[in-house]
Amino acid sequence: MQDILFYVFAALTLVFGFLVIANPFSRNPVTSAMFLVLTIVALAGLFVLLHAFFLAAVQVLVYAGAVMVLFLFVIMLLDLRAEERQKFQALAVIGGILAVGAILGLFLRSLAQNPPGAGEAVAGLDGGTAPLGRLLYTQYLLPFEVVSLILLVSMVGAVLLSKKAIK
Amino acid sequence: MNVGLEHYLVVSAVLFALGLLGVIVRRNLLVIYMSLELMLNAANLALVAFSWFNKSLDGQVFVFFVITVAAAEVAVGLALIVALYRRHQSAHVEDLTSLKY
Repeated sequence: MQDILFYVFAALTLVFGFLVIANPFSRNPVTSAMFLVLTIVALAGLFVLLHAFFLAAVQVLVYAGAVMVLFLFVIMLLDLRAEERQKFQALAVIGGILAVGAILGLFLRSLAQNPPGAGEAVAGLDGGTAPLGRLLYTQYLLPFEVVSLILLVSMVGAVLLSKKAIK
Repeated sequence: MNVGLEHYLVVSAVLFALGLLGVIVRRNLLVIYMSLELMLNAANLALVAFSWFNKSLDGQVFVFFVITVAAAEVAVGLALIVALYRRHQSAHVEDLTSLKY
């Protein structure tokens, strides 16, 4: 059952991910954003299969919720109608596929040569809220505080950047 | 066939390659940004898979930090795109040539 679910979610993730970057029907950024939401939800399904329940919830809340709303808001703000006429450049597509294919081949080859151990049914740790929170507030307290500082700085930076003129 | 760590890593690698392809091929800054998010998510998937198959929660804590930093990065990046659009009336990488020699 879990294996079937893995294949379903993996296929969904990859198909939606492909539709984000190259949708044959529409070149509209809004379509890309919508398929990115679907990719993220399918990834959250994979997280649940890996017993990372808290991260699956955070993934949906933060990515599919907050980040994508930000994306859509900016897409609406900018008038991107000129995008429709944009065509792919053949040279860029061929070069891109070659380069990315080479990198993907490198990944898969290194994975095939050094298989990370037999994947028999292991009983890992559940990534619930309580164990993750305990780890976050003891062992990872300093990075946690630093991340809060990053959020503050990025907030100030975003406000400053979107001002018309700095006095 | 039993689904193991390798399966998750292959999915992660393919997703990362898709994101990289999007960054190279697409010409719209916003779509390039979305492809970047795709790459970050691929890395997150690999980290969660490693965390589960190594019986350790450290990978998941790292993913938590990655998600937070990605949110901060999106906020600043989109503010930059809006500022650029205000200056150049365009969000295409071809039109942003003011730094070209």
